[in-house]
Amino acid sequence: MASKAQRMPTGLRILTNGFVLVWFILAAFPFFWTLWGSFKVELDFFSIADWTNALTGERTKATYGSAFTGAAYEGAWVQEEFWRNVINTFIVCFFVVCTSLTIGTLGGYALSRSGYRYTFWLLITALIFRAMPPITLVAGYLLPFFEWNVWGILPTTIIVLVAINQPFTLWMLHSFFQNIPKELDESAKVDGCTQFQAFRHVIVPVMWPGVITTGLFSFLLAYNDFAVTAMLLSESNRTMVPAIAAFLGTTYTEGNVMFAVAAVVSATAPLFILVMFFQRQIVSGLTAGAVKG
Amino acid sequence: MKHRTFFWFFLPTGLAMLLFIAFPIVSVVVQSVFAPHEAVLKTVENCTPLVGCTTETTIDQDATREIRDAQPLGRFVGLDIYLDRAHLAVAEVSDAWATTNSWGEFSDKLFNLPLYRALAFTLTFTFIVTPMLIIFGLMIALAVNSLHRHLKGFMIFFSLLPMIVTPLIGSLILFWMVDSRGVIGSALVALAGDPNFSLKASTGLTWVMLIVYGVWHSAPFAFVVFYAGLQTLPKDQIEAAQIDGASRWQQIKYVVVPHLMPLVTFVALIQLMDNFRVFEPVVGFNASAHATSLSWIIFNDLGGETRQLSAASATSVLTILGVAILLSPVLVRTWRDFKGK
Repeated sequence: MASKAQRMPTGLRILTNGFVLVWFILAAFPFFWTLWGSFKVELDFFSIADWTNALTGERTKATYGSAFTGAAYEGAWVQEEFWRNVINTFIVCFFVVCTSLTIGTLGGYALSRSGYRYTFWLLITALIFRAMPPITLVAGYLLPFFEWNVWGILPTTIIVLVAINQPFTLWMLHSFFQNIPKELDESAKVDGCTQFQAFRHVIVPVMWPGVITTGLFSFLLAYNDFAVTAMLLSESNRTMVPAIAAFLGTTYTEGNVMFAVAAVVSATAPLFILVMFFQRQIVSGLTAGAVKG
Repeated sequence: MKHRTFFWFFLPTGLAMLLFIAFPIVSVVVQSVFAPHEAVLKTVENCTPLVGCTTETTIDQDATREIRDAQPLGRFVGLDIYLDRAHLAVAEVSDAWATTNSWGEFSDKLFNLPLYRALAFTLTFTFIVTPMLIIFGLMIALAVNSLHRHLKGFMIFFSLLPMIVTPLIGSLILFWMVDSRGVIGSALVALAGDPNFSLKASTGLTWVMLIVYGVWHSAPFAFVVFYAGLQTLPKDQIEAAQIDGASRWQQIKYVVVPHLMPLVTFVALIQLMDNFRVFEPVVGFNASAHATSLSWIIFNDLGGETRQLSAASATSVLTILGVAILLSPVLVRTWRDFKGK
């Protein structure tokens, strides 16, 4: 209930609303602009003559007879075989999320239920690992991976991403499990369950909200990763992000920047959908650490 | 929970972290004190009648391969890699110190060295972006909080986008817009009145561009955290301040900001660590000619045909040390919390 005293004066209201509008444009406009431009030819999207060409698509009309063209998408998906990278990305993300949640749930649960001092040190170690840029580890991977002949394939990258994901997953799930009352599994153990049975039958049914939130962030980490995937995957196994980076190397010279634009829009679309459906979980996940800390 | 049970529960995740985080760190440290073997040279004397003898130096392929196979790590060089020109450049720095007369000259020489150049950008980026995104995030949170209920969810959705989107993709999207033929770029050209004006051409403007990207990318995080904090703001405190005659600005300064202070610390600590690893924007904005970061140097050393593992390892170790310094306040805080329990 906004009381009369809390109501803003008109001037201030206009100012704040104006600020929100500016932020809205800053946050949303680049995406819509790129989406719109991806259906144009390069000379429209990067217009030397007149920037309004990017809106009206003069050159696109001249070339394709209509203001919109899917040529960039065709070039990226068919000619450059971007669909392979899309499939690779989803394979990587699926296995990273599943594996990291499975082992992370077990570990996070154990950390939240054990009162010994070493849990603190394990969590601190995880925090240090979380703070390290993943790229600093890559130099350590390359030699052994070449030696064992496992460099460049998807499973290696999946395992590495799972490991890099673990510190964050452990912290989130640990704080989540701490909010589940200990009495639940204690009483199951009194009834004769082992610790694992108590976990399996009592905790698993109630843990899904936390697990889904953590899973979203694991997904984002795997999906958004560039440093590790670019270094550990061979050219034929590339996921989307390193593939787009590689596009830039080849297409800038060929004058096919629009392929990269189309690929970028294609890679952003799943994230849009993700935010649309899981906005609440993402927000709660972001704030979970803050409210506790 | 018994030690035994704990062990089995923790084993998979512990093993993953041990094998793929802890061991690689050790291996990075080890690699950084070994340099690749130099090729074994052999001198062959060719004697042709009438012409005479010439000596020729060639690479002894077999011997080189043999020594490389025998010691794949390379030869032990101690801290040499850390001290060489591509890293701490001790000789060059002391030379610059001795030969230059003013701070300006000295810093000119210093920031021509790759590691110091990267360090300068990384630190500038970290310490400008972090406070800016906190202020900006707080302003967005206050403004959005005053909106109508239905608009709030809508705004949160769009506010999340710059943060959720892949950093490389986000920076490419902005990069294409500020390209001199892009929409913002051409507007800037018109404003500057110079047809050759380009953000990419000057070091200062490149830094500004990257910093703007950094704030754009991370402000949503601060916004979401502060917005959640505003929902727990006690109503009675605000009312008490109003009764005491506090102006709107005073209410924010003396009630809202102190209430959010723990969250500000949290956001600042997380963002300091995350901004320190700035990397993707340098690639996305194609800015490496004007701005390099520590992570970018590692990436650059590892990429390509040559894969300079030793050089990259040494930079990695230095980066980890930098992160450790930034992280120490967090660790101290966590330790204090733990003691307090």
